Amino acid sequence: MTALMDFLTVFTQPELLLLVGLGTFAGVYVGAIPGLSVTMAVSILISFTFSWDVYPAIALMIGIYMGGVYGGSRTAILLNIPGAPSAIATALDGYPMAKRGEAGVAIGVTTVMSFIGGFIGIGVLALAAPLVSDFALSFQPRDYMLLAILGILLVGSLSQGSLVKGIFAGALGIAIGAVGRDPLTFAERFTFDFQLLEGGISFIAVMIGLFGVSEALLQLHHVDKAAVRQKISRIVPSLATVRKHLPLSLQTSTIGVTIGALPGTGGDIAALMAYDHAKRVTKNPEREFGDGAMEGLVAPETANNAAVGGAFIPMMTLGIPGDAVTAIMIGALFIHGLNPGPMLMIDKPDMFWFIVGCLVMANFFMLLFGLTGIRLFTKIVEMPRSVLIPMIMLLSIVGAYAVNNSITDVYWMLGFGIFGYFMRHYGYPLGPVILGVILSRLLDDNWRRAIITEKEDIWRFFEGVVTSPLSLVLFIGVILIFVSQTPVWAWAKARVFGPGKVAK
Amino acid sequence: MDRIDTEHHDGTSDATPGGEQGKRRPGELLFAAVMVAASGYLVWTAWGIENPFGPNGLSSPRSIPLASTTVMVIAALLVLANTARLPLDRTESIRRDILPVTVILFAAFLVLYGILLRPLGFLPTSGLFLVVAIKLLARRGWAWTLSISLFSLFVIWLIFRIVFTVLMPSGIVPEAEAIQFFRDLFSGASS
Repeated sequence: MTALMDFLTVFTQPELLLLVGLGTFAGVYVGAIPGLSVTMAVSILISFTFSWDVYPAIALMIGIYMGGVYGGSRTAILLNIPGAPSAIATALDGYPMAKRGEAGVAIGVTTVMSFIGGFIGIGVLALAAPLVSDFALSFQPRDYMLLAILGILLVGSLSQGSLVKGIFAGALGIAIGAVGRDPLTFAERFTFDFQLLEGGISFIAVMIGLFGVSEALLQLHHVDKAAVRQKISRIVPSLATVRKHLPLSLQTSTIGVTIGALPGTGGDIAALMAYDHAKRVTKNPEREFGDGAMEGLVAPETANNAAVGGAFIPMMTLGIPGDAVTAIMIGALFIHGLNPGPMLMIDKPDMFWFIVGCLVMANFFMLLFGLTGIRLFTKIVEMPRSVLIPMIMLLSIVGAYAVNNSITDVYWMLGFGIFGYFMRHYGYPLGPVILGVILSRLLDDNWRRAIITEKEDIWRFFEGVVTSPLSLVLFIGVILIFVSQTPVWAWAKARVFGPGKVAK
Repeated sequence: MDRIDTEHHDGTSDATPGGEQGKRRPGELLFAAVMVAASGYLVWTAWGIENPFGPNGLSSPRSIPLASTTVMVIAALLVLANTARLPLDRTESIRRDILPVTVILFAAFLVLYGILLRPLGFLPTSGLFLVVAIKLLARRGWAWTLSISLFSLFVIWLIFRIVFTVLMPSGIVPEAEAIQFFRDLFSGASS
């Protein structure tokens, strides 16, 4: 009963309702404008909502997250430019539809499907999270440690670019997170005898640098690209269209939630996998995939919005982020004095239900803003990059400065911005860095707890890993990721499936 | 999974592997080498972390930093080896594709912004930055540049100063006094 009351908090307070709405509205545009990403927006927002109460801050960020995941599809359809990574698959069939003059239909279907997917994700979150958190109470410190490693590795291996570079990025993140005085022994780590490093590097500065400034610098390459106009027809899809694609949308939503719930993997991967799935199960598409098949829109859009709910599951129950945005959300919760993990669900179930309520609300707002305001939308998206880029840079600086009122943070932010710029150019994924920074503390604490209970004996530690079913599963997961990247895997696959089928 | 064609993608993905697959971008080898060197230095630093309360065993503050930096070195070496094997992409150049003048210029602007922020204050510094940046990127007339940048500055200031109540260094502009003046004005009008 109290859960229901907490769930309804957001609906009863007009101020929070307004913030979710505002966030979703902003999110749709942030997601849609190429060069602005949700990760960027949420990381900059953390610093601005720093002085706020936790409820409004979370309400705003959830709105942006939900709206942003959806918003990326707009530009994917209209311009063949995915506004967000999770909309990459959407462009494959969405743009061909727009070229044929069916942009309105494509946007309508996308909106409704995102709404359906979003709800399935939220539903699974509401049902599964309490169970997972109960289960998580039985987790040993070593399980947390393995989960953290698994999360970082998954981001590294599944995002674009090579796994080795992903591992490098993740390890770098962990090292960055360790800078400063160790909270347990007060030993100085990576401070190089600078007093200013003793407090550690502000992770917000790292985030804004990597996702804000580096992106803005990269966009400088594309200043001259002009915006393309598209005519948009009828938007609201017919009931028959929705009903026809409902079975597929349920399947791909399930894929979305599952992928989203895996630590480290988010909407972008879910969308690509769902697209792949749709391609396999759709026997007779009206049009070929890649040539404007409706199924090619339904699958990624349901999956990426379902992944939002999924991503909250490990975040709320284990304190391990489901993707880069939830990693930043964890940071936000930390800042507001909350500690995501199984104890949060027990100590503050109201927070959990409040978040679920916000997600539901954001989903409705998304449907509303998705089906209306197209004319305004085309205007805003045409905002020239020559204005957009300086604005992003300015916001990044203000954001980095605002948290601690420190100019040092601004320099850290700039440093990571320039570093991130090179990382992007040379194909190092940035997601693992942020995951590493956020998880560094958790990894460190749990490793030390685990090894102390085993009396500092590494063999007893491994014995513990092998004898506990959960640890063993996680450990095998970690090993599998490594093996899957070596030639051994391809060889084994060829042996099992026959050489003809390994077409990838 | 389909790879993204970077030519038709504007780089909003978290990791945008630029260049062509199977080819080394200009400067990539240098970057990889620098990463190896930096990681090596970090391992050495991590080795120097001392536990003030006991032996530097597996549970000491040294272990995770040492482990992560070691992983960094190994990964960086592998990347270096992989990169060195690839043929250099001759169609790309550092000046045009990796580090064009605009990017260097903007990085310098940002550093300059950081230096000027405290003494000059938020409003003048940001105004200056926006005007110069937009003028440089859009290459349009002064009237357009000035009106666009000052309008954006006003909106940003309004949102962040009033809505988010972020305090930026006021510098030479008596910002707080101005706000107070308007507050008095409005409260005076309503009473």
